[in-house]
Amino acid sequence: MKTNIILAGVGGQGILTIAAILDTAALESNLNIKQSEVHGMSQRGGAVQSHVRISDKEIFSDLIPQGKADMIIAVEPMELLRYLPYLKKDGYLITDINPFINIPDYPELEDLYNEIKSHPNSILIDAKKIAKDLGNSKATNIVLLGAASSLITINSETLQQAIKTLFKRKGERIVNKNLEAFIIGKEMATEIIS
Amino acid sequence: MKKLLLGNEAVAQGAIDAGLSGVYAYPGTPSTEITEYIQRSKTSKELNIHSQWSVNEKTAMEAALGMSYAGKRAMAVMKHVGLNVAADAFMNMSVSGINGGLVVVVADDPSMHSSQNEQDSRYYGKFAMVPILEPSNQQEAYDITKYAFDLSEILGLPVLIRMVTRLSHSRAGIILGKRIPQNNIKLPKIPTQFQLIPMHARGRYKHLVSIQSDIQENSENSYFNQLIKAPNTSLGIIASGIAYNYLMENFEDADCPYPILKISQYPIPKKPVQYLFDTCKKILVLEDGYPFIEEAISDFLGKNKKIIGRLSGDIPRVGELNPDNIANALGFDVVVDEKLPEIVSKRPPELCVGCAHRDLFDAINELNKEMGSQQVFGDIGCYALGALPPYKSINTLIDMGASITMAKGASDAGIHPSIAIIGDSTFTHSGMTGLLDAVIEKTPITVIISDNSTVAMTGAQDSSASGRLIDICKGIGVEENHLKVITPLHKNLTENINTIRDEINYKGVSVIISQRPCVQLPKEKKEKLKELKKVSLN
Repeated sequence: MKTNIILAGVGGQGILTIAAILDTAALESNLNIKQSEVHGMSQRGGAVQSHVRISDKEIFSDLIPQGKADMIIAVEPMELLRYLPYLKKDGYLITDINPFINIPDYPELEDLYNEIKSHPNSILIDAKKIAKDLGNSKATNIVLLGAASSLITINSETLQQAIKTLFKRKGERIVNKNLEAFIIGKEMATEIIS
Repeated sequence: MKKLLLGNEAVAQGAIDAGLSGVYAYPGTPSTEITEYIQRSKTSKELNIHSQWSVNEKTAMEAALGMSYAGKRAMAVMKHVGLNVAADAFMNMSVSGINGGLVVVVADDPSMHSSQNEQDSRYYGKFAMVPILEPSNQQEAYDITKYAFDLSEILGLPVLIRMVTRLSHSRAGIILGKRIPQNNIKLPKIPTQFQLIPMHARGRYKHLVSIQSDIQENSENSYFNQLIKAPNTSLGIIASGIAYNYLMENFEDADCPYPILKISQYPIPKKPVQYLFDTCKKILVLEDGYPFIEEAISDFLGKNKKIIGRLSGDIPRVGELNPDNIANALGFDVVVDEKLPEIVSKRPPELCVGCAHRDLFDAINELNKEMGSQQVFGDIGCYALGALPPYKSINTLIDMGASITMAKGASDAGIHPSIAIIGDSTFTHSGMTGLLDAVIEKTPITVIISDNSTVAMTGAQDSSASGRLIDICKGIGVEENHLKVITPLHKNLTENINTIRDEINYKGVSVIISQRPCVQLPKEKKEKLKELKKVSLN
């Protein structure tokens, strides 16, 4: 039982919140976890990634080998593709559709979506809109985590408990918004996958 | 339940649990979180463990030695290039030896994720003739740190712990042990131990050389060096530190058919290496960083083709290890560096929206048009991004403080204007002495201190310069009418260009403090800065 996840985004987009929820839930489930992250200069608007590895056996490498990731979860569609060499043949791509454009040669969106859709297991969601409609645009990450949740070896309740634990400080309203975001994401992915 | 910690945090917790009395450090990726963890720790506050940032790595190393002199356990923490700054203290404190346990933690950055080189600190450990510990995972980082303090006191020497980025910045669940109490104050038994005047230094150095056999013996018997025997002797593998993980990743259920020597303590243990030499046809050396072990055990003329690794080209000579380049060296069929879809563009880091450095570079670029480019010397910090498009304002980035001294040298050579751009914290770290050189000679340079009132790139740590820059510059001897303060905002662009131009035209040392806090600073820090400013104005 092992899940290898690559989280992708641009520095400052908060992929580490997703990582923290996965970490907490994995420890709670008595599973082993290794989770690498990027600190330093790249955090300033550059490409960032986190490797999350969850297993009931001992995990050795902090980095996922190429071709061994079960999924890539991205908060930005071009960043999703940057880690494609890491994806398993039958792995999943899960991404928000909204681009973060801070470079002059950002590709045409249609081309980008087509490239993603050419992959058999891709889940594109307007997570930002869902989060905004909920009145908490910061919950974009959680929509995506929800979308990925059925593919992860941790049960959904434990993930939701981890969301409660991590957002507790910010008050009940924020906790509930995030839980809602998680559930909507989960439902949307189920629809797309089926 | 296990505690989830970064490799760096595991080191910090290990130090606290080993009875640490003080950590001394200057921020630097990938080492920063070690000290930050101790600063945040409740236990550390209750026990009054010193954890405030030092002005640079040299002051940190010396303060740690001072605490050790007093008999307490101390730790100095830095990134790999920081050890260059602190090397004077480091090289000499192995000669003096220590009193209370002294551990130096250095985080190397193979692949240069946030650095200007990938130097391997194990060479420094060997150079200073002290034991080196190199944890392979987060649990070991915790255990090894506790062990390091004991080892330091047993041998009477500082001990170097070498971390690498991937271990520093990766989390795992860790089982914590018990915490032992801090040492009491106890001055050195031999009064001459720390007096390295030649007559005493010679004796101390002889002592250091004489205990090398003890250090070797300790390493031979270390729990952290393990020989794992296996039947297939067509290959023997030496894996140091984190390389061990990447190796094991390649075998289902950690079932490696080849004998492995896992090294996490140096000097390199001889007996198990001898065993591999005697029993295996070939030896593959896996180590993150330079080919430190490979070079030591290969023969000079390369006639013995038994040893393979980075030197032989079986592993790439540069960049960090990963499961894939090791799989390749093992002869497994893996596709390494598969091409990305063409549609993916590069996304390098950039200065934040609203960053004060941006407004400064706008002004500099206007002046570059008038005065010719390639005459702006840069330094280490976020503003180093000014070397990249769209700004391309600065032309050099070598080491902490080099902007001012390189501008001076270029000016001595006849270049005018010669402009240095340096951050506030980098200025107090290593810029002040260079400024004094220029002041003494009245060298016509323009020094711009881009003061965002924090150590921004490493995550907004307190800057030693905050509220002190004007007094420091005056104290060094910068003339008051050539010490200017500007506010880098778009609305002030013309005014700022004029100020900088006037100072460039002055044929002596000018300092312009370009002052606006980092946009990433949390509110409470900005408020604190306002208070500081009030105090300095009064």
